[in-house]
Amino acid sequence: MSDHEYTPKSKVGKWFNDRLPLLTLANHLTDYPTPKNLNYWWTFGGILTFCLITQIITGIVLGMHYVAHADLAFQSVEHIMRDVNYGWLIRYVHANGASMFFLAVYIHIFRSLYYGSYKSPREVIWIIGMLIYFLMMATAFMGYVLPWGQMSFWGATVITNLFSAIPLVGESITNWLWGGYSVDNPTLTRFFSLHYLFPFLILGLVVLHIWALHVPGNNNPIGIDIKKPSKDTVPFHPYIVIKDAFALLIFLLIFAFFVFFSPNILGHADNYIEANPLVTPAHIVPEWYLLPFYAILRSVPDKLLGVIAMFAAIFVLVILPWLDTSKVRSTVFRPIYKQFYWFLVADVLILGYVGAMPAEGLYLLIARVATAYYFAHFLIILPFLGMKEKTTPLPLSITEPILGGSPDMAMAKNNSDFKEKL
Amino acid sequence: MKIFLKLTFLFFIISSLILSRANAAGEQQELLKVDWSFKSFFGKFDRASLQRGYQVYTEVCASCHSLKHLSYRNLAEKGGPEFTELEAKAIASNFEVTDGPNSDGEMFVRPAKLSDKFVMPYANVQEAIAANGGAYPPDMSVLVKARKGGANYIYSVLMGYDEPPAGMELDDGVYYNKYMYGNKIKMSSPLDDDIVEYADGTKATVDQMAKDVTTFLQWTAEPHLETRHKLGFRVIIYLSVLTILVYFSMKKIWSRIETKV
Repeated sequence: MSDHEYTPKSKVGKWFNDRLPLLTLANHLTDYPTPKNLNYWWTFGGILTFCLITQIITGIVLGMHYVAHADLAFQSVEHIMRDVNYGWLIRYVHANGASMFFLAVYIHIFRSLYYGSYKSPREVIWIIGMLIYFLMMATAFMGYVLPWGQMSFWGATVITNLFSAIPLVGESITNWLWGGYSVDNPTLTRFFSLHYLFPFLILGLVVLHIWALHVPGNNNPIGIDIKKPSKDTVPFHPYIVIKDAFALLIFLLIFAFFVFFSPNILGHADNYIEANPLVTPAHIVPEWYLLPFYAILRSVPDKLLGVIAMFAAIFVLVILPWLDTSKVRSTVFRPIYKQFYWFLVADVLILGYVGAMPAEGLYLLIARVATAYYFAHFLIILPFLGMKEKTTPLPLSITEPILGGSPDMAMAKNNSDFKEKL
Repeated sequence: MKIFLKLTFLFFIISSLILSRANAAGEQQELLKVDWSFKSFFGKFDRASLQRGYQVYTEVCASCHSLKHLSYRNLAEKGGPEFTELEAKAIASNFEVTDGPNSDGEMFVRPAKLSDKFVMPYANVQEAIAANGGAYPPDMSVLVKARKGGANYIYSVLMGYDEPPAGMELDDGVYYNKYMYGNKIKMSSPLDDDIVEYADGTKATVDQMAKDVTTFLQWTAEPHLETRHKLGFRVIIYLSVLTILVYFSMKKIWSRIETKV
């Protein structure tokens, strides 16, 4: 941003801007040169920002009425649902909002995987993104505990128990997390406290994520470096703003459908039963967005190794920029990687599916194969493929794709009359 | 528009995943399905059915099952059974609650008011368990949401009492039910024809009572269901119109440059 020259027109504006260059920042954000060929998969960044703000605002209101106490939490949630004005709406937006948030973040991550957005020079954006994702999972998990239903309680028990697998100090750590010898009131109160804190950490990381993005600028579907600003770019406002707004509205339609017409379909019925430490539910399942990791956890027979595998599944994503050795970013020009990409998508969906099933028989076998493939994709296929794969020729710029090199023939056609007008 | 096809595709994959999970947990007999008035986009409660359902609850279920999250005032609120305020007051006054302490520091018993929570059948969980042969009759406030299959499940269990299949041994106080998990239930069939007498002249068959009380329980679990449906419809219309407007604005703005959006 330091290279940005901007002088406000008004005197007051100039006076203020000399002391705190907020107007320079605003000007940078509106003028920010963005590749003009971004497709709709690029609109999820804006959608995610919206999701975060929605969760924070609805969460703050819920926090005004919620009581973080093992004897009162469930009742206070029912109080919100029944007696607080539009409390049902706020809670359903918050609960379904978490699912929508993860739906968007998974699309955002897989977009990045498809177009190689994690590659140099955008590794730091990617790593911050993974940190956000990790915090999101922790936040969502703790949020799910707060209504103190059966799944809340037993989900918390299962997940916190994972730490007891750590040799020597495992049990002490688990007791420390619980604030006692089992999941109980102290666990609930600290989860509430952290559930309130983490979104603001995420918000801070989002600022860094966007800041880091604005240094190299956006990647684009062709994945080539572009000059900025140039005829390959458009200013963020109004072009990208209006497009993001359109995509957000489509997203909101789906969101609204869940909130108003199917608010509980993404949750588990057992969570409307008050937590009871003496009765274990038949199947303890996490929320849908954590299922792939749950499948990986359960596919390893040893508890400690299972926990390690689960965390490793996230960690391989963090080091992904160095595992993928291909210099070509976009999958459009990587015919073989393209197939492996879709295998990976299928693999993660399969993991999610078996994560919801009992860990036995055929399901367990599928989970093991899928887990092995997940790691093979990142640790074996990606490093070797990058060295061996013959990629198709890259275009020189977005507006001047070489013949046959453009992923979008319609754009190539448009391009010729574009040049005539110039 | 290709992108929307892809998005829809993805959406369906994910929702089918979720639904498959919902169906996964147990090999259960398929539930009886009722065409409830409160389902669908414009779903509303059948007011008369809610009032009858309340009657079934009070006369049959309430001796064991509590509704601890409800207050008597809810009975007169919009979107519910919509008893008149006088009727709701009369209903409340049938129950006694312990209040206090008064200015002498003593607790006293008085008739319930609209602002009171529904009076519980048992003083505590232990008493409820002891009185019911070791099985806790669950609180019914959110029962419909707490069971997979929702209203259809509650209705099916009420209709699912039958002779046990040959070879199935049942302990004393355990009954066979086609739709209950594990097919064993500690509650004997609660409904018999004409066990209640409906004021509106509706014939009190088991099927009718099961439908009425299930409708009532759907309302206790989702008291704002009607408002939700109504507001949801408006939100969808509003968002749709806005989406169309923004779409054309976007087309207009992007027409300044020769890139399709």
